[in-house]
Amino acid sequence: MPDYREMWKSLKMDIEKHDQLCEILPRFYEDIYLSQENRPEAMNYYNFVVSEVHGLRIQELEEHRSKGGKVIGSFCVFVPDEIIDSGGAIGVGLCGGSEFWEPDGERVLPRNTCPLVKASIGAKISSTCPYFQSCDLIVGETTCDGKKKSWEILRDYIPVHVMDLPQMKREKDNISWQDEIKIFMERLETMTGNRVTTEKLSESIKLMNRKRKTLMRLYNTRKSHRLPISGKDALLISQIAFYDNTERFIEKTNELCDELEKRIEDSISVFEDDTPRILVSGTPMAIPNWKLHHIIETSGGAVVCEETCTGTRYFENLVDEGGKTLDEQIKALADRYLNINCACFTPNMGRTEDIVRLYREYNAHGVVYFTLPFCQTYATEFKKVKDVLDREGIPVIMIETGYSLQDTGQIKTRLEAFFEMLDTDKGRAASK
Amino acid sequence: MYSIGVDSGSVATKAVLFNGKIVEKLIIPTGWSPQTTSHEAVNLLLNKSKIDRDRVEKVIGTGYGRVSMAFAHKTVTEITCHGKGAYFLNSRVRTILDIGGQDSKVISLDGHGNVIDFAMNDKCAAGTGRFLEVMSNVLGIDVRELDDLTKNIDPEPITSMCTVFAESEVISLLAKGVSKEKIASGIIHSVANRGLSILNKINISEEIVFTGGIANSKGIKRIIEEKSKHSLYVPRESQIVGALGAAVIGWKLLNKDL
Repeated sequence: MPDYREMWKSLKMDIEKHDQLCEILPRFYEDIYLSQENRPEAMNYYNFVVSEVHGLRIQELEEHRSKGGKVIGSFCVFVPDEIIDSGGAIGVGLCGGSEFWEPDGERVLPRNTCPLVKASIGAKISSTCPYFQSCDLIVGETTCDGKKKSWEILRDYIPVHVMDLPQMKREKDNISWQDEIKIFMERLETMTGNRVTTEKLSESIKLMNRKRKTLMRLYNTRKSHRLPISGKDALLISQIAFYDNTERFIEKTNELCDELEKRIEDSISVFEDDTPRILVSGTPMAIPNWKLHHIIETSGGAVVCEETCTGTRYFENLVDEGGKTLDEQIKALADRYLNINCACFTPNMGRTEDIVRLYREYNAHGVVYFTLPFCQTYATEFKKVKDVLDREGIPVIMIETGYSLQDTGQIKTRLEAFFEMLDTDKGRAASK
Repeated sequence: MYSIGVDSGSVATKAVLFNGKIVEKLIIPTGWSPQTTSHEAVNLLLNKSKIDRDRVEKVIGTGYGRVSMAFAHKTVTEITCHGKGAYFLNSRVRTILDIGGQDSKVISLDGHGNVIDFAMNDKCAAGTGRFLEVMSNVLGIDVRELDDLTKNIDPEPITSMCTVFAESEVISLLAKGVSKEKIASGIIHSVANRGLSILNKINISEEIVFTGGIANSKGIKRIIEEKSKHSLYVPRESQIVGALGAAVIGWKLLNKDL
């Protein structure tokens, strides 16, 4: 790996502390990822991306900036990538997924804040995340109270623009979200000096739709009876989608899909045939949070789909490409984005419908409902989801866990028991 | 032909020798090494029953120490084992409440003894045997005295769920001069309430089987019965239900057609 220390220094990073992080990550990745057997050949690209996570990609961002380009950081699938791209800026997802950043987050946030918010804020104030350091502007949103109040604190460290996401899905909410998109677009135009035109926005809409279709293609291979790729690997790809160069990501992921589709034809699987198939549903898993997938896939299960922000909520539904004016295009963006079923909405029965649909589409045997500690919206929504799943005869287990690995044993016991339960379920279905 | 089930719990290791019925059983303290203790449990069980090791064709491990049982043919989680064990003792069982040394769980069974739903306590030891042990220590009494001490005594409410916080709460109640009996009653109420809250997490049947070390407390049993308006059935073998279930699973593997 080339030496990036000069670049990190110029980004005003805490080099010493960052070294500690650089020491943990490769071993962690090796244990969780490189230990898997029979991985697709094309996963090498993503191995490379991870190995260069704080290097090459940052260098690309810095090159863009040195030519006067801007980098925009965001924390949520509601922030429209199309606007950032059409304004000539590069968007990067910034959510923190490591407990490494939590103690720094706790310097300014209450302890009972969700680990994702703590780690995200901690990553900035400890100056150990080069993505944060490369950002010219952070775009926050109002999906939960923890984030909403954190933006006020983050403002002391970096410019922040907050988009006010409606919490209901009525006509007036759609109009209000169109407004928010316009306000964000104007701020971006002022900042970059570039005007967003119908032509540019149309190109960006098409580009992001292509990215979504590529991820959909990847996820479709997981519907197969024989799984050509592990859930862990698919999760990693979703996570990388948030910060990799879009065109390159589409190209490399399509190459992987070619290989996976060939594997399906040849009946090559990374799991035994009778492995319980699990749909994971719940809160986002920011890189490098691979904990739940790792526990599931080392306890006798296989993850076939994620109904999360680092899964289907990120790429399902396309933006209508037919808009002729900026207003029409922005309306199309609002329609697509407000169709994401996040637990911040009330009511949110669309999400329950999604879970039931995905359970069937991906031929899952059970649902693992995942929530990070102190995530009130997702934890509370479990009741309504479970009621419907019970009625549909879909087995579900709730797992609430943070980034620390100390509760792995307890979670393993619960999941193993859940899989044993699914197994007798399958046995019964077969003997009928 | 025999099977053995070993349940390596946080406090006690339980083992059952089985041949379609319970031939022999034992309970020993787990101590610091679940690995050595579970091995020892099997040997003691064989000695006690004077059965040769080679007549035992299946050993099934369960409990939190199951991961270290290299000698087991198979390991199964304590949830599935509790289901099988309780169902073997009473085939009418549909709901099991188990409160052990460091966790509590509720299990729902179908008409064949298969688990259809379950819930477990969170990662802390609130409302478990460990909680009772720590609190008894603070009061300077033995856990076994709790039942007699609290008979017909109104509880002094203990509001902290966390064992560590509850400990300081009890200490300050003692300092205020609240009677030992009232505090002890508060403690068993606290454990019973945790049991009730976990029961509320799944659909429960009319009759509930109560197992695990805590099922030995008549006081806790009575409080849960009164508040849930369900009767609790405590089998004589309440502490070995998990080990029994493991033995039953082993036996079924040996007799696939039964």
